[in-house]
Amino acid sequence: MRQFLLFIIIIIVGLTFIGRLFYLQVYNLEGHNLFDDNAIRKVYDYPKRGFVYDRNGKLLVSNQPSYDVMVIPREVKPLDTLEFCSLLKIDKEQFNKIYKKAYHYSPRLPSVFVPQLSKEDYAALQEKMRKYEGFYIQKRSLRDYQTTIGANVLGYIAEATPYQIENDPYYNMGDLIGKQGVELSYEEELRGVKGIKFIQKDRFNRDIGPYKDGVYDTLPKQGRDITISIDSELQKYGERLMQMKHGGIVAIEPNSGEILALVSAPTYDPNLLVGRKRSRNFTKLYNDTINRPLIDRGLLRMHEPGSPFKVFVALVALQENAITPQTTVFCNGGYNYGGRKPMGCHCGGGKRDLVLGIAKSCNSYFANAFRKSIDMYPDAGNSMDIWSNHMKSFGFGDFLGYDLAIGKKGNMPNGAYYDKWYPDFNWGATTIISNSIGQGEVLVTPIQLANATAAIANKGYYYTPHIIKHIEGKPIDKKYTTKNQTTIDPKHFDPVIQGLFDVYNNGTAWFLKVPGIDVCGKTGTAENFTIIDGKRTQLTDHSIFIAFAPKDDPKIALAVFVENGYYGARWAGRIASLMIEKYLKGEVTLKQMEQMVLDKSLEEEYAKPYSGKPFTINN
Amino acid sequence: MYRETNRHFRFDWITIIIFLLLVGFGWLNILSASHVGETIDYFDFSQPYGKQLMFIALTVLLIILILSIESKFYERFSSIIYIVSMLSLVGLFIAGKNVNGATSWYAIGGMTIQPSEFAKAATALAVAKFLSDLQTDIKNFKDQIKAFIIIAIPAILILLQNDAGSTVVYASFFFVFYREGLPKIYLTLSLLLIFISVSSLKFGATITGIVFTILILAYHFTRRKKPRILQTLFAIATCLVLSFGIKFFYQNILQPHQQDRISLWLRLEKDPDKIAQMRRDILYNLYESEKAISSGGLTGKGFLEGTRTTGKFVPEQHTDYIFSTVGEEWGFAGTTFVVVLFVLLLLRILHLSELQKSQFSRVYGYSVASILFFHFMINIGMVMGLIPTIGIPLPFFSYGGSGLWGFTILLFIFIKLDSNRINEW
Repeated sequence: MRQFLLFIIIIIVGLTFIGRLFYLQVYNLEGHNLFDDNAIRKVYDYPKRGFVYDRNGKLLVSNQPSYDVMVIPREVKPLDTLEFCSLLKIDKEQFNKIYKKAYHYSPRLPSVFVPQLSKEDYAALQEKMRKYEGFYIQKRSLRDYQTTIGANVLGYIAEATPYQIENDPYYNMGDLIGKQGVELSYEEELRGVKGIKFIQKDRFNRDIGPYKDGVYDTLPKQGRDITISIDSELQKYGERLMQMKHGGIVAIEPNSGEILALVSAPTYDPNLLVGRKRSRNFTKLYNDTINRPLIDRGLLRMHEPGSPFKVFVALVALQENAITPQTTVFCNGGYNYGGRKPMGCHCGGGKRDLVLGIAKSCNSYFANAFRKSIDMYPDAGNSMDIWSNHMKSFGFGDFLGYDLAIGKKGNMPNGAYYDKWYPDFNWGATTIISNSIGQGEVLVTPIQLANATAAIANKGYYYTPHIIKHIEGKPIDKKYTTKNQTTIDPKHFDPVIQGLFDVYNNGTAWFLKVPGIDVCGKTGTAENFTIIDGKRTQLTDHSIFIAFAPKDDPKIALAVFVENGYYGARWAGRIASLMIEKYLKGEVTLKQMEQMVLDKSLEEEYAKPYSGKPFTINN
Repeated sequence: MYRETNRHFRFDWITIIIFLLLVGFGWLNILSASHVGETIDYFDFSQPYGKQLMFIALTVLLIILILSIESKFYERFSSIIYIVSMLSLVGLFIAGKNVNGATSWYAIGGMTIQPSEFAKAATALAVAKFLSDLQTDIKNFKDQIKAFIIIAIPAILILLQNDAGSTVVYASFFFVFYREGLPKIYLTLSLLLIFISVSSLKFGATITGIVFTILILAYHFTRRKKPRILQTLFAIATCLVLSFGIKFFYQNILQPHQQDRISLWLRLEKDPDKIAQMRRDILYNLYESEKAISSGGLTGKGFLEGTRTTGKFVPEQHTDYIFSTVGEEWGFAGTTFVVVLFVLLLLRILHLSELQKSQFSRVYGYSVASILFFHFMINIGMVMGLIPTIGIPLPFFSYGGSGLWGFTILLFIFIKLDSNRINEW
């Protein structure tokens, strides 16, 4: 027994060691990764971010160098602080504060001392930089906007959030990432791929040369330039027209689905979100809860569509054979459907057929058409489902699938929706009659309305709207070149388009004709309410307009939405005419109209609900 | 005639081959751990890998010398060798050179020599000589004291030079004494001492004292043949003194860095932030060496390719922490290879010792195995974080001339003794 004690212990120790080694080296191993190895310094080589061009090849966004002053606190030698501070345009107190913060972060690692110097400051500082040991200048690339328009479309870039860094291993602390607009949608194309150099460190964090002579190093891949479908002249003009007003304009090329203009007002200069003043400006924009400039109203503003929706009500009624183009209704200034009071109508009264109904925007006519389509089937719920599906084929009631990251579904109610609303009540067409004139439960966004207008212009189909035209000549996603058919037979569009054309002849927009161009359009005036001191209060109507032109070969379809602009033809209609002329002719002859729109400010209107005083509306 | 012509073939070639593999593989790892930059000049004697190559060359001469001396010489002169060796240790107090806080070196010309590395072989010879004396009986208390004094002299001298690591190695002679008949009570007491120490530090002296008192009383009353009450009381008193004494020793006598090592090993510290900080600061070496080992994976990063080794992240890597280089560059395959080589070497030496016909050779062989085993266990255990940090080299592997020569002498005297076993009666 005595002979075996040491034998046994040796074997036990040997096995324990092998077990422990197995645990450390095999079982416990999460794969040796150069990126996780803190003996290897990773130095990134950032590629040029792709440029953004408009549809006519005009450069909208390029890059500018920016210079950060960096500090490695441990290497700092005594310096002439006074001179240094004046070069950096900071005071002594700030200097001490920043230095302390950097030292606290790490004495050995570089920290940003002063970010994003201007070119002028950089030039002055550069010559004297060698005097300040421990400080150096790090070059970065920032966006350089060649324009002041389209902030909502172009978006901006900013440092990736910790959440993004955690979820995408590509990004590191301090990397810039697209946050909105095309910068976000086409982030991967624009950013390119950064190059990496692996550098072997020693335990004092000093570089001792390239790791394995650089066999794992990669070169950066340049970002790709993108061309977007925006016509910057039209966009600029739209933004001018919308000045001092709230709302949005969405213009689409019907035969391609390309978004020609996406105006949101109020907007801001994209240059505000670049450089040293970025965070201050961003906070200012973000906190402006009355104007909310960061909200893209063209994509996000859900509203009741108002009268333009009548056109779609008519199309569904035609498709369901609830009416024919010859169906007539005699309007006596209201539609009596058995409610407490009849639905009012401003069309002037008289005998209306479909074309005249659209031109005059007769509430009675469409209330009748809607009621007939719902009464087609014995079950109102079933009818409403069919109606809702027709509407959805125009892109209402769901995300359109365009290539910008934000949007709203809107609302296109079906049978189940009302069953939930009226659980104990046998609801029918008259219960929900407001939908016939685009009020009630239906909600749309301006881009949905513009897209549906394009579908009318195309007589029954649309292309999913998109902002991208091409990426360095390469074709875009198939999704954007495939037709989406509506459920409406093409033959039903002819009388409706005639009605839209007559809007400009003998209808609600007779005074908005564009010389030399056959425009089809439809006015809309939507009642709206807000809550002031707990009381539901009506505000001035929203001014809404849809239009496309030219009538026989549509080149542009648009929807205009002016918050609290009163009746449709008043502002939205005028803006639509001006936009169409500008796009199709390249210049505007309706000078008087243009001046009127440019001069009009609705600021007073927007201030009313916040004034705390009683106010009148629709004046 | 026969004996003369076949002399060389009676050496135990298995042991020699394992020795060569360890030295060779060790040198490759020293090269990796100590080279700087891209070019390697093998004969650059200012670099550890170059020096080690020279040490290895001198080792060959040393081996030839050892093997050509008559076996009987070692037995006859063992006492003198021991005395000379002890004198060399004493001499350090007068002419020693202080390196890293330990006064363990003689500086001769440009070289430094560490006599404690040679003292192990000398002590092994002395122990073998003492135990193989016909008049010695290890079961005898007087002889136990004498044997203890033989190992205590070098242990104390080395401890006084502030080289605690090398002192611990002398505990390995316990295995030798036990093999030669040391009563079992010592084994029981040692185990008890370890239990009480660990328990006292981990769970507190009071609890340990109470638990052991209850256990001893239970033993006392359950035994059919009652032990004497005095014996039981004495045992209880010893346990109590030990459990409080250990706590006192830990808190008041150990230096802070030693406390931290033990505290971390036994996980005495509960605050995770404090533990992390201790791991980073106090046990930086251990932290880095564990990281280096585990980053090696199954097959390692390749010779001269270890990033942590190249970056010199593990201080002292070519000496006490050489095993972490093996771990990083050769992976699990390499570390297992080294562990298996050591286990084979140790078992081979033990096996040969048991075959010895002379008690002197057997005891000496046993001492060799025990000393090498202690080094192997403590060094690799430490590098992997299994036992508290005790700085001793890995035999044949770690950088250092004295160490390499000391172990070579230790091993090859045994190989020489073994080669003569056929003619010895």
